[in-house]
Amino acid sequence: MASTDTGRQGRPALWFLAPFLVLYVLFIVGPAIYGLVMSFFHTSMVSTGLGEFAGLSNYAEALSSADFWSALWHTVWFTILTTPPLIALALLFALLAERTTRGRWFFRLAFFLPYVLPSAVVALIWIWMYTPELGLLSRAVSAIGLGEPNWLGDPDFAMVSLAITTVWWTLGFNFVLYLAGLAEIPRELHEASAIDGAGPWQQIRLVTVPLLSRTTSLVVVLQVIASLKVFDQMYVMTQGGPNFATRSALQYVFDVGFTDFRSGYAAAASTLFFVVVLAVSAVWLVMTRRQEPEL
Amino acid sequence: MRPSAITRRTLLRASLLSGAALTGCSSVRAGLLSTPPDPAVVSYWNLFGGGDGVRMRQMEDAYRAANPHLDLQAVTLAWGNPYYTKLALATVGDLPPDVAAAHLTRMKTLVQGDLLEELLPEDLERHGLTADRFNRRAWDAGLVDGRVYAIPIDTHPFVLFYNTEICDEAGLLAADGTLAPITGPDQFQDALTRARQVTGRYGATHGINSDTASPWRLFQTLYAQLGGEVLAEDGTRVVLDDTKAVQVLDYLRTLTVEKGLMPGSVDYQGAIALFASGAAGFHLNGEWEISTLQTAGLPFSMALVPHVFGDEYAVQADSHTLVLPVRADRDRAGLDRALGFVRSMLDQSLTWAEGGHVPTWQPVATSDRYAALTPQSHYASAADAAVYDPPGWYSGSGSNFEIVMGAAVGAVEAGDLTPTAAVAQLRAKLGELAATPPPV
Repeated sequence: MASTDTGRQGRPALWFLAPFLVLYVLFIVGPAIYGLVMSFFHTSMVSTGLGEFAGLSNYAEALSSADFWSALWHTVWFTILTTPPLIALALLFALLAERTTRGRWFFRLAFFLPYVLPSAVVALIWIWMYTPELGLLSRAVSAIGLGEPNWLGDPDFAMVSLAITTVWWTLGFNFVLYLAGLAEIPRELHEASAIDGAGPWQQIRLVTVPLLSRTTSLVVVLQVIASLKVFDQMYVMTQGGPNFATRSALQYVFDVGFTDFRSGYAAAASTLFFVVVLAVSAVWLVMTRRQEPEL
Repeated sequence: MRPSAITRRTLLRASLLSGAALTGCSSVRAGLLSTPPDPAVVSYWNLFGGGDGVRMRQMEDAYRAANPHLDLQAVTLAWGNPYYTKLALATVGDLPPDVAAAHLTRMKTLVQGDLLEELLPEDLERHGLTADRFNRRAWDAGLVDGRVYAIPIDTHPFVLFYNTEICDEAGLLAADGTLAPITGPDQFQDALTRARQVTGRYGATHGINSDTASPWRLFQTLYAQLGGEVLAEDGTRVVLDDTKAVQVLDYLRTLTVEKGLMPGSVDYQGAIALFASGAAGFHLNGEWEISTLQTAGLPFSMALVPHVFGDEYAVQADSHTLVLPVRADRDRAGLDRALGFVRSMLDQSLTWAEGGHVPTWQPVATSDRYAALTPQSHYASAADAAVYDPPGWYSGSGSNFEIVMGAAVGAVEAGDLTPTAAVAQLRAKLGELAATPPPV
């Protein structure tokens, strides 16, 4: 009986889950609750305890701070810049890699390889490529006769440069998800559509892409959340500059919390940011639930 | 099915054993069980990397050799904010090191948080650490309400690096082969112009992109020469002098945007690389980059940043200090061990000075051996003209104050902001910080 089975398996399952649950509560849930509590206090990094009760004043300060809003916008702008190419290019490369007959392993590896690198390494490589006058990209762009953009020094262009770096770096993850999705599509469907006279483009548009919709909605949610969490690239490559043009929401939290020692206020700012991420994910989930075909 | 060679039980047993072996490490055990620290241990935290890190390890080794009965446990942590975060948290958590390095401009916030031990005159005297044996300016700048909390071991000013071959060709050297004195805005601009005629690229470089510290240091040097100040009353009041600030920013804009004598868009490493590759005759930076440039092997020397404005010379600087974080279990013997370590570091100031830092310890600073150390001793007088970041909880080396100031100055040099717009931005951002209740 299914019900007695789960009842009997419940306890051992809990034991097997325990190591994870203990760490999860200790290092994720616990600190998150503590952070929420802290956001209502004037907690300081350089003194013990929670400090003076602040009520909602930390939230009021964050909501009325121009710096907080501009940092939040930078994060959203980064998400807008990175999400579409990271999905479209991942799909395109997965389709191409799937079609190659020889050396398929090489293409799979080549697209995934950058993802293996730590963010700091990626950032350092790209800083050198973007270096004005001396860098690889600068020379390449000047060699083909184009005016060289000031990659990381122009406040209007710096975010685009960071987005390009991020696309190169994290494309591999979505690429692998799409490869897995492609492997699940039964070959017969392609054969049947070919017999019905569908060309390769029609096959992709009418068979492959619709059947990948589950993968796509997963990729979009994961990608939006990953992009909203951006911190490393800016922290290493631009320090949020030039003139704060690329300071992300998380770097704002880092600046006020760790540099200014204002943990309470930083907790309030990060709680607000958490609400934004939660709202975005919830909206997306509701939208895809409604659209998703029953498979 | 054949059982695999490693059963679950043996795996568990092995991991338990290795866990036990790990916790056998004394410091972990002390941390977990809060056992009293070993009386023969001196723990020391610092933030010195690169050439400084190498020399600091030499000094630590000399201390170990001279004190074989003591166990010096030195830890080097990443420079900047993470360091002060760790130091503050370790002290709040009552497990701080015996001695820690801290920037003079950052340690005052720690004092306000009651995290640093006050060093009483009678204790300092036992180790010969009296005010008259230190550089006056660094010593006084480190006092908080007249009390001593930190022992300055150096002054590290913003300096002018110059390529001796390029400057020779540009006719900028004096008869003795050092840089001829440059005074006033026109002379400095002229020197950069002549250097550019030789290099064909730039007169000077300094970091701007993703480097807010260098623009701030240059601005502060010129602004302080005009007698300008930014903050007053421990950072609660902004006293920026708009006229003086605009004058300095106008000048920097002329050098970068208008005349192209300095690149307005280059990062810290790129600025060094341009100078090291001979694309610029001058480089403005902290003296600590001496190690990098010596390794690069180009013909260079160092001088004071020129006296560009005003009547009285001033130059931006900070000092590394050694502090004793508050710990409940420190007795007199522990205090003496810590101060003995501080004294040992001061006695080795000559080693430290090789890295470019100007010693504050007068027995070394006034010695012939230091005078013979060139180019380091060329700019030793910077220690007496040093201008430190203004006191304030959000100010100091690597602080948000420096980021706010440097971002605006850098934006002017890149041509993204006019000097007037930059001053307006500074007023808005500094005003917000000044109005925020301090976290200490």
